Amino acid sequence: MLLQAIFFYLFAAISVAAAVMVISSRNPVHSVLFLILTFFSAAGLFIMLGAEFLAMILIVVYVGAVAVLFLFVVMMLDVDFVELRQGFLQYLPVGGLIGLILLVELIAVLTWSTMSPELTAVAQVPIPPAGEVSNIEAIGQLLYTRYIYFFQTAGLILLVAMVGAIVLTLRHKEGVRRQNIADQVYRDPKTVKLHKVESGKGI
Amino acid sequence: MEIGLSHYLSVAAILFTIGVFGIFLNRKNVIVILMSVELVLLAVNINFVAFSAFLGDLVGQIFVLLILTVAAAEAAIGLAILVVYYRNRGSIAVEDINMMKG
Repeated sequence: MLLQAIFFYLFAAISVAAAVMVISSRNPVHSVLFLILTFFSAAGLFIMLGAEFLAMILIVVYVGAVAVLFLFVVMMLDVDFVELRQGFLQYLPVGGLIGLILLVELIAVLTWSTMSPELTAVAQVPIPPAGEVSNIEAIGQLLYTRYIYFFQTAGLILLVAMVGAIVLTLRHKEGVRRQNIADQVYRDPKTVKLHKVESGKGI
Repeated sequence: MEIGLSHYLSVAAILFTIGVFGIFLNRKNVIVILMSVELVLLAVNINFVAFSAFLGDLVGQIFVLLILTVAAAEAAIGLAILVVYYRNRGSIAVEDINMMKG
């Protein structure tokens, strides 16, 4: 139990500290790298909660795809990030005030409310004991049966996002010569004369 | 030293607040704003998984999967719009975006 507490506070502290660095870092590349650290420690928290599959998905999807996409865009755009930080201190008081109010509200709700013990009895789909069915198997058995339409919709959303991203960023530059194979192999029948040549004879 | 539901919810609340604070703090930098939105979504995911684990209900984990999908799609589309905007304007300053005239 002590070990669990140690690891919880370790992962929680790392994720919160990295999240602070994400929003306050001077260099956006550092922000992306701290975002990756945040997701790694959040994956640690997920593992402690018994959601191993989601922890792995978090690392694969976020660190492997989304963070690399962010990194790619940050490095591809040649932007003066120092100029973008103008007014950083100007927004600090109002942002800090709103953030503080939000945090106090959230913590107040958490500390003043207690969870009814009967809530565990009304679980829609109880988590099977870890020894019998693994987490990934339980999720698969639920996702592909009862939530199959949600799964299909998620796939459709990803397809639309993919098509949208390609349509938005694809462009044809003016003045670039492209190969047109139909033009190259085309012969005008008026300028070309075809002769039927018998074998063994010249023209 | 029992780690209960409220511990996880507190971490999620702090992450959520940092995300919202980041949106206010980096008003000009769209990339950091998008990263802050990712932080907010991560806080929501931690909430879902914590409730799923402590209430013994698997449905929460299914919804985390769907939120992850939507978050990934949102990041891809957002960055694509950002690239197109940079191509047209040569900057990614948020103030110029309100002039939506071609």
